Amino acid sequence: MRVIFFIAALASILSVALICLFLFAQGIPAMSEIGVFKFLFGEVWKPNADPQQLGILPMILGSVYITGGAIIVGVPIGILVSLFMAKMCPKPLYRFLKPAMNLMAGIPSVIYGFFGMTVLVPLVKDIFGLPQGDSILTASVLLGIMILPTVITIAETNLRAVPQELYEGAVALGASHERAVFKIVLPAARSGVLAAAVLGVGRAVGETMAVRMVAGNQTLMRMPYDFLKGVRTLTANVIMEMNYAVRGSLHDRSLIATGVVLFVFILIINSLFSMLNADKKERTRKKRITQSGSAGEEGGEAR
Amino acid sequence: MSGKSAFFKKKKPSDWARFIAVWGAGMLTVSVLVYFIGFILVKGVPNLSAGLFVFDDPKQLSLLPPLIDTLILVGFTLLITAPFGVFTAIYLVEYASRGSRLVRIIRVTTETLAGIPSIVFGLFGYIFFVGWLGWGKSVLAGGFTLAVMILPLIIRTTEESLKSIPDSFREGAFALGAGRLRTVLRVILPSAVQGIFAGVILSVGRIVGETAALIYTIGSVFDHPVSLASPARTLALHVFTLAAEGFHREQAYATAVVLLIIVIGINFLSSFAERRFTKSLNR
Repeated sequence: MRVIFFIAALASILSVALICLFLFAQGIPAMSEIGVFKFLFGEVWKPNADPQQLGILPMILGSVYITGGAIIVGVPIGILVSLFMAKMCPKPLYRFLKPAMNLMAGIPSVIYGFFGMTVLVPLVKDIFGLPQGDSILTASVLLGIMILPTVITIAETNLRAVPQELYEGAVALGASHERAVFKIVLPAARSGVLAAAVLGVGRAVGETMAVRMVAGNQTLMRMPYDFLKGVRTLTANVIMEMNYAVRGSLHDRSLIATGVVLFVFILIINSLFSMLNADKKERTRKKRITQSGSAGEEGGEAR
Repeated sequence: MSGKSAFFKKKKPSDWARFIAVWGAGMLTVSVLVYFIGFILVKGVPNLSAGLFVFDDPKQLSLLPPLIDTLILVGFTLLITAPFGVFTAIYLVEYASRGSRLVRIIRVTTETLAGIPSIVFGLFGYIFFVGWLGWGKSVLAGGFTLAVMILPLIIRTTEESLKSIPDSFREGAFALGAGRLRTVLRVILPSAVQGIFAGVILSVGRIVGETAALIYTIGSVFDHPVSLASPARTLALHVFTLAAEGFHREQAYATAVVLLIIVIGINFLSSFAERRFTKSLNR
């Protein structure tokens, strides 16, 4: 039996190996065929034109803008809500809030996208008097909402891991509850809260369907001040064109290469997250040893 | 609450500002969620008609076939991934020596898998299962793609359940002469089953809601799949197709409501199972 358990345990190693192997094996040659520089920094994406132009800079920027916008919308609110949930909210309300956040994390992205299409897009269109409401702003707001539960859950877990003595010490020295929470507890959980933000960024970069439904998807170069215009992200590029790209053509493989670029971004973001989170785990373990309590780790973070 | 006394200290203006910011953010988030769910319900429920639940619909608007496809996909995916996930967790918690190099590699790869966005899984499934293995766009390819995707979720939740079983259970079983396998099968797993169940339900939620990983692996074809080799369309893909086409808003709302209700139900079931699990441990 031991052998069976062992073999099963190799499945995740095998999966990661296969994913890397197949993505890179198809993506890297395509990149070098187009020219790595021309691919990453090319400003024109015209797969069907003659001559074919396959530059994904507009999409890289699109992902950066929308993710940046989602950070501006989602991270400050997320951190405030996590403070609320960890330190300020009355218990009965918490019993409602916690499942509500789990639910928010579990709502499928198509439904978010559909909500964005039917509510946010017309709203942005009306407020700014635009011909079309699909824009960087719309996608940023929607993604900001979507990353909230991720940011909140992780930040809350980390805030709760801060030893209570720090808080008590601050209060004993005369600090008010709010002051102790903001000036002592929050800074003490710094790296964990940052990790929460980073994980939120990871989710925002990788989000596909919802973004595809509200971002407009134009493959044009945009500047940050074009936030009322539409843009296409790396993810949307893959999902939109995979359907009609001829299998095995350079177009098709350049889409896989787009996926590779996305994958590399995600790997960087995730290792950043584990680095920041490892720091917190170390401290939590020390705390556990001293208190020998059995504070079960929260199993939130649904996706 | 130990914060009570400090809570009622006299607040300075700066404290009031913090107080309002935190409560405001909390209320804002809740109202967004309530508005969001309310909006989908209000728009969708009136559009739920009997016509949406017919088995054969030439206009491809009925949500019954996608619902059936979704159930098939959920069953198939769990069949592949649940044994792998649970066995991996058993190996990590009960067998492997903690901190060994292999365990570290398994941890890192599991974490990596957990962080990969679904579009990348979709791309991989499209290249590997659909193309390289020649399965075509099918329930088979879609199921395997999702199996890889939810593997880390099942591993993690099972691991947590196993870890929360007190060591005294293991020691007791060993003391009574049970071997490791017997201990795992007769003592540990029965006590952890509720927790494992909660994790499995959570992954059902992910399968039900997935679109990006499925669209190029399962195919989004509105039809009754005759075998695992035929393409299909899940509810989430159905919502996407209806919404993206833009001609059938009413049906899209109605389908979104059904999907949302399923997801809410799954969520409640999962947290219910988790609560029962923690309770059974504390008894």
